[in-house]
This record gives sequence, structure tokens and C-alpha cells, in this order.
Amino acid sequence: MQDVELISPQLAILDEEPYYHAVGDEVPLFESAWRNRLPVLLKGPTGCGKTRFVEYMAWKLKRPLVTVACHDDLTAADLVGRYLIVGGQTVWMDGPLAAAVRAGAICYLDEVVEARKDTMVVIHPLADSRRVLPIEKRGELVHAPAGFMLVISYNPGYQSVLKELKQSTRQRFVAFEFDYPDAELEAAIVSRETGIGADVAAKLVKFAAMTRNLKGSGLDEGASTRLLVHAGKLIVDGVPPVAACRAAIAQAVTDEPEMLAAVHEMSSSIF
Amino acid sequence: MLTPETAQDIEPLLERWLEAEFTRHPVAPLAESIAALPRRQREFALDWVKRTATVNVHVAHMVARHVPAMLAHMDARTVEAWIMQAMDACDRDGLKAALEVLRDPQRFVRLGREHAAGAVFDDIAGILRSFVCGLAGRALRLEQGDATWTDGETLYLPPVVAEMESASDNFQLAKAMVTLLWAQTRFGTFRADVLAHCARFPDPARAQRVFHSLETLRLEACIGRELPGLAREMRRMKVGTPGVLPSGRAGGTPNTAWLDYAVRLAAPASTVEDTLNLLASAYADEPAVPPWQGQLFPERVAELMAARIEREKMLLRVKLDTLLEERQQAPRDGALAPEIALKALESEVMELPRFEMTIDAAPVPIPEDIRQLLTSIQLDLGEIPPEYLQPAGPGEYDPSLIQPEQKDPDEVWKGTYHEEGAMFFPEWDYGRQHYRKNWCVVREKDVAAVDDEFVAGVLRRYAGHARQLRRTFEAMRDADRRDKRQTEGDDVDFDALVESIAEHHAGQEWNDRVLSRLHRSERDIAALFLIDMSGSTQGWINEAERAALILLCEAFEALGDRYAIYGFSGMTRKKCEIFRIKRFDEPYDETVRGRISGVRPQDYTRMGFAIRHATELLLEVEAKTRLLITLSDGKPDDYHDNYRGKYGIEDTRRALLEATRAGIRPFCITLDQEARDYLPHLYGAARYTVVDDVARLPYKVADIYRRLTV
Repeated sequence: MQDVELISPQLAILDEEPYYHAVGDEVPLFESAWRNRLPVLLKGPTGCGKTRFVEYMAWKLKRPLVTVACHDDLTAADLVGRYLIVGGQTVWMDGPLAAAVRAGAICYLDEVVEARKDTMVVIHPLADSRRVLPIEKRGELVHAPAGFMLVISYNPGYQSVLKELKQSTRQRFVAFEFDYPDAELEAAIVSRETGIGADVAAKLVKFAAMTRNLKGSGLDEGASTRLLVHAGKLIVDGVPPVAACRAAIAQAVTDEPEMLAAVHEMSSSIF
Repeated sequence: MLTPETAQDIEPLLERWLEAEFTRHPVAPLAESIAALPRRQREFALDWVKRTATVNVHVAHMVARHVPAMLAHMDARTVEAWIMQAMDACDRDGLKAALEVLRDPQRFVRLGREHAAGAVFDDIAGILRSFVCGLAGRALRLEQGDATWTDGETLYLPPVVAEMESASDNFQLAKAMVTLLWAQTRFGTFRADVLAHCARFPDPARAQRVFHSLETLRLEACIGRELPGLAREMRRMKVGTPGVLPSGRAGGTPNTAWLDYAVRLAAPASTVEDTLNLLASAYADEPAVPPWQGQLFPERVAELMAARIEREKMLLRVKLDTLLEERQQAPRDGALAPEIALKALESEVMELPRFEMTIDAAPVPIPEDIRQLLTSIQLDLGEIPPEYLQPAGPGEYDPSLIQPEQKDPDEVWKGTYHEEGAMFFPEWDYGRQHYRKNWCVVREKDVAAVDDEFVAGVLRRYAGHARQLRRTFEAMRDADRRDKRQTEGDDVDFDALVESIAEHHAGQEWNDRVLSRLHRSERDIAALFLIDMSGSTQGWINEAERAALILLCEAFEALGDRYAIYGFSGMTRKKCEIFRIKRFDEPYDETVRGRISGVRPQDYTRMGFAIRHATELLLEVEAKTRLLITLSDGKPDDYHDNYRGKYGIEDTRRALLEATRAGIRPFCITLDQEARDYLPHLYGAARYTVVDDVARLPYKVADIYRRLTV
């Protein structure tokens, strides 16, 4: 057998505290779920702080974090692992989920509905009291250690019926609902993340609220907190606010020329 | 065609288009004024005279008379909007209304400048609609009207805004207009009884105008706080507008009294009451109005508002009841209802208060529909009165208050030309090269199911064919399968691996196609069949169509694609009917079979509206490929209408283009032997099939679908 170095998921523990501002009781709730070995489902629109929250919790609980961005071609094998052929030999390589289970890490499957349906086969036994990961191809059953935690996220805002989470899946999780923080807090977050003044941050938040009013009437999703932070960073760097809003927000939420013009009119009205 | 240069060349054209022989309108002076125009404008004028002549010669005559003079003052787009407005009026209210618009171009465009490039409503409405939608508060509609005003639910803008010089300034002005109207609904202009107040003055109309000007001052200050960028634009425009000075508002001379009013009304806490308090002292001099100040019709606002307040109170109480029901907190057997409380949280960042709701002191997230209701009520009343929070169960309210009445399509039709409850679709008029708006009055009806021997008969008669179809279609089902010998994949293909190692040992090059990959079903098709139910299908054709539908459905059941079947027929634009045979979400069951059996020939083949409606239905379905398959026996046609001939063909072609642009793939199956003359023009050379023999239709339709989708 030949020695080969294989790519393995990063299993380091974060040493710097990620900035996260708690909105409600989500931090103690998450800690309690972790202590009780319960998996967690995060619901909420894109860019409202779900990923940041998981990073923060991983740091707080001192667990390594494995994040998998799910896409529509992601299969169970991509999560669990696969045999590679190296010089005529088969070599097993753990996937990110298997690696996380073995290391007792927090495994975060972002936008889990995007993944193929067969991934549920490996998620389900991990998400109930069994807490095991069957690795079918090796005939192996990996028992998750106490530190392991499964976190999945999902955006209920998508209207596609194909992107709904099945009851049999969702009913295994402790669910947290996330939304954009209320105006004052959002302004504080934008200001803290970018260093812009409170008045500009307040205007950005007001602008975001205008785009969020358009959700369902031309926009799939309004401007997220993440986009506000992007715009704020550009403004701090000297880009005029209207131009920053156009590039970082308007162009990010839509391609449709008329809607772009409307969003642009909003930002030019505010700034 | 070369553009005619001289009056001598133009005169015979006008004579022909305007039917001068019969109407006796003198065309020589018209020809001369058109000939005097520069080339581009001459082309424009002649084009429009010709187009409008297809609608009415009197309309065309007015166009020929006014257009040369108008082109001297404004850009072509504005003139075009004026002509379109006249033609829409003609479609809607007849010739008299159209001539009314045309007689007075000055009324249409309130010109502030020479050579204005106006902002035309149709061009800017899309952007402004989204803009208004983004502004906080009640969901407002934006429509074209005669003036700039609002009834509290809809904002009206004139067809053209042309008081500024450049098109972009006129757009900014239109934006300021809608924002000011929005501000009236948002900052409580209508919370006071303006009419009663103004009635106390010797000249109530004047009092209303002065009130409007004062209130505009107050709202401008509100806009300045909410939308500083727009307020900056408005200040810039004010400076550039003759007669409106930035510092004084009365006809050019700075008026210190009005300056003082402006300062007082700019206080953030000022309300419409403060405006009314100033009315007595301001009544004496009427100021010049800024260009974005439209008109005020308090009586129309009050009427809608009274009905809305009543309706929303009931609606909120009903929705709260539903909320309790959903949360399983509804009171049982005379128990006390849980207490619902609201707290409005003022926010420094956002202008509207945010609500927090508690049920029995426990905080509850507010559903979106309730949140919108609360906002609307808050705007009308300035608060949410406690009695609004009493849930109302069934039986405690008048359902007609909260539900629009369901109209039976047949009943509606009995009251002739009654258009209530119908859908409206535009139609393309090739003569004027423009849509006729809301032209077709369309209703969707169910085909009455008929329980007879037809279906069983068809299945017996075509038993062999049906079996064969089912087999063919089952084979088309795209199933999941494992692709072997891949370079990338999720599993090892051991056969390939063994082979590869063996070959490698034998000295050959290493073959890396040793993995296998799962291939997922990608067939994601939705098909809508549109069946011609015109009178000409009577007899054989109808029977063949029905048999074809039955066999088609049998095949589809084996295939698993999503499909829907609708019939269509029309008699004039006022009676366009779509017949539901099978919706996308309906299973193929006894009812659907009964409906197919019940398909009967109706009136004429008006096609455009049916294609437009089918397009909308298809767009509601999630699918990668959307097919629209029309089954017809002849070209588009209608009774006693100009739909026959080129008009109908061009409208149908336009509707198909719209469908294609929306990502739908149209296809036509026809029985018309002459179809090769016009179908390539409608569908393109490869997008239709002519079935020569009616008897073959049942055999063909499913087969054609198969060839379309493999």
C-alpha cells in the first residue's frame, strides 16, 4: 500500500471570536441543544446571520466547525466519503460529514434542501437518538462522540415546491427562526462590521427595508444584512453611497433592468 | 417605400388613407403642413396618419391636423403617447371620447417649456410602481389618470409629465409627484375632515387650494426627513421652475408669511391639524404651486376610506380568530378568549412603528398579512383601537364585507356586455402597430362533464393503439440509472477497475475510466393542450379531437409529464371563453373523462386571447420545458369583426411571440389543408404539423408529442 497525502477537511478550532450580536435567546438555546445532543435546524432568509451564528457557537463551545455549502449535485457520497483509485489500489477518503463525526465537530450543512434527496439517508440516522453514520461502502457504522453536532439551514422563503424540507426530516431538529434584525440593531451591526457612521448605517437599513417591501412583487428576496455590510465597506473606502448601493445591493438582488432602475431610484432618494 | 417629399406626393396618400372622397375633409392644407416638416418628422407624421386611419378616418384626420404643430413643441415620444391615449379612448368609450382627446392637445400635455421631452406614463410606470411599493405603508397602486391625485389607495399620474425640459428631469418630477401623493397617505393628510373645515370659508374651493399648498409644505418637510436625496432633487427643480421661487411662493415676490408657515410646518411633530390651524391666516393669499403638487379630492378619499376602515376592522378581527385557531388557542365552550395585546414600538431608524403582539402576555410573531392590515389601519386612524383586537369567529361578521362576491361566468354573460368578474387581455392591432388594451373580455368555465359511452367506446375502438402508446410512452420515462466507466463518479466500477488493472499488468496504458455515476431523471416537462372548440369542428372533427384527447391522456398517465387541457372559443371580443377540461393539478379521473366527452363545438376561432391565457397558466407551473400545443382546424377567425384575415393572424402571431419570449415552446397540430400558407408565418417552419386525414388524428396526436419531447 502506497502512502498518499489526502485532502482532509479543516478541523481546527477557531481562535478568534467571530462578531455575532444575539437577537434573542438563541445562544443559550443552542448550548442547551448541544449539551443534550440534539441536532439544530436554522431557518431564515439569505444573509441574515445564520452562518455567522454557527461560527460564533463553534467558537463558544470550542468545537471544530465543518461547513458544507450544499448544491444540487451534492450526493450522499460527497458527504460520507468515497474510494479513490491510486495506482491500482483503492483508497478510502472520508467526506466532510464523516470527518466531522469522527472528530466530534459541529457539521453545518448550509442550504440543505439544495442537496440531492439521497443525502437524507445519511442525515436521518445522525439526527435522531441513534447518532450514527452508516458508511455503507465500508460496512462501517461510526458512532458520533458527545461533542458532535449536526446543524442544517434552510430558507423557507423560496417558493419552489421542490425546495421544501420534508416533515420526516424537519421533525428531527430543534428549529431556530432567523430574520433580519430589527432596524436599530441592524444599523448597529452594519456600523460595527464596517466602521461607517450611525447615520449612514441607518440610511442603509432604511434602504434595505424598502427593497424588502418588494419581496414577492418583483424581487425574490430583499437586500440582506450581508449586502448592507458590503455596501458599507465600499462607502468607508470612499465610494459614493448611491454608487455603492447600486453595485453592492441593487445589482446583487436583481438583473431585471426595470427593477434595477426602481431600486436605484430608492437609493438615490435616501442618500 | 421612399418618403414622399412634396405636398403633391403626399396629397394622394392622404386622400386614400383619409377617404377624402367620402369624408370631404380637405387634404391639401394637411399635405402642405406635413411636407414642410423635416424628413424624420414627416415620416413619423405619415406613419401615424396611416396607422390611425385603420382605426377611424376622423381620428386620422385630427392626427394629420395637429401632429405637425405638436412636433414643433415636443418630442416624438410625447406626441406618440398623445395619439395612443386617443386610440385607447376610442377603444374604451368610442369615437367621441377619442376626438375629445385629439381636439385639445394642450390639455393632454401641460407644457411648461418649449421642446419638452416628456416622461410618458407607460414608460415610467414600471419603475415608479416598484418605487412606490418600496415606500413604507399601505400597498398602493399606480395608474394613469387625468390629473395627479390619489384616492388613498391608488395614485394617479397624468399620461405625460412634461413640465421640465429634459426627459430625466421630467422623470424626477413624476417621482416627486408620486412621493408627495404617497406622503399624503403616509403622513395622515386625510385623517382630518378637510371638506368640513373648508366649508366654513366664504370660498370653500379656494380654502381647499390653500390647504393643499400648506399641506404640501408640511409633506415636503416630511419627505426631506425620510428621503433626503429626493428632497435635494426637488429643491433643485424648484429653483429651475419659473414662477416658483425657492424662498417665496407667491407669484415671484418672496412672501414672508408663507416662509413662516413653511418653518412652522417643518417641525417633525406637526400634523394635518397644524396645517388646518394655519388655514385661516393663510387664506388671504393664494401661493404659486410647485410642479409636483397635483389635485386634492377629499370627497373621493373619504368615500373609500369609510369603506376601508369598516372592511379592515372586520378583516383584522377575522384574521386574529384564524390565528388563534392555528395556534390552537381558540376559546372552547364559552371559555374566555385569550387576551391579545399590541404594543407599537417607535423606532428612530424606521419611520413607521413596529408592532409587537402578545397573546395572554406571551409574545407571538405577527404574520405578514396581519402586519400589513395593522399598518393600513394605523395610517387611517393613527392607532389600533382596542376593539379591533377582539377576534371574530364565523357567524359574527358579514362575509360579503371581506370576500369579493364570486360571480358565475354564465350569469354575468346574460347581462349582456357586462364585464364584471372577467379577465382582460390585450390584443395586437397590426394596422396601428400597437396593442388594444384590455380588449378581450375572457372568462374561464368548466366544460360540463357528460357521462356517456364515448370514452369506453374510444378505448374499445383504439384498444390496440392505446396499448402500444402506453408501451412507447413508458419507454420514454426517464429513469434513474447508473452510468458506468466514467472518469468521475461517486462509486468504483469494479468491472472496469479489474479490466483496467489487468490491461495495465499486460503493459497497456492505465485506463482511468473506472468510476460509476448515478444519472438522475431530468425530464421536467409541462405541456398545455389548447383545443379548438369553434363551430367549424362540428361533427367528425369534434369526435376525432375528443378521441385524440382520450388516447393522449392514457399515454400521459404512462409517461408522467405534467399536462393540462383547455378548450377555447370566442364570439367577438366581448365573449372570449376558455373551457377547463383538465387543469395541471387535476388527476385524470372520471370527471376529466366526462369533460372530454362533453367537449362541444361553440362559436368562432379567436385565438390570441387563448394563447395569452395559456401562457399565463404555463408560467405558473414549475418546469424546465414548457410546451403549448394547439390543436386546431383552421385559421384564426371571428364573427362580424375585423378578426378574420390578416388582423387575426397577426394577433395570433404576436401572442405566440409573447409566449416564446416567456420561454414557452409553442407547437400547432392542424387539420387545415391550407395551413401551409399561414402556419409557417405563425409558428415558424418546423413548429407545426398538418394532419391530412381527420380519422388519423387520434393516432397522430400522442405520437407527435412523443417526437416533440424525445
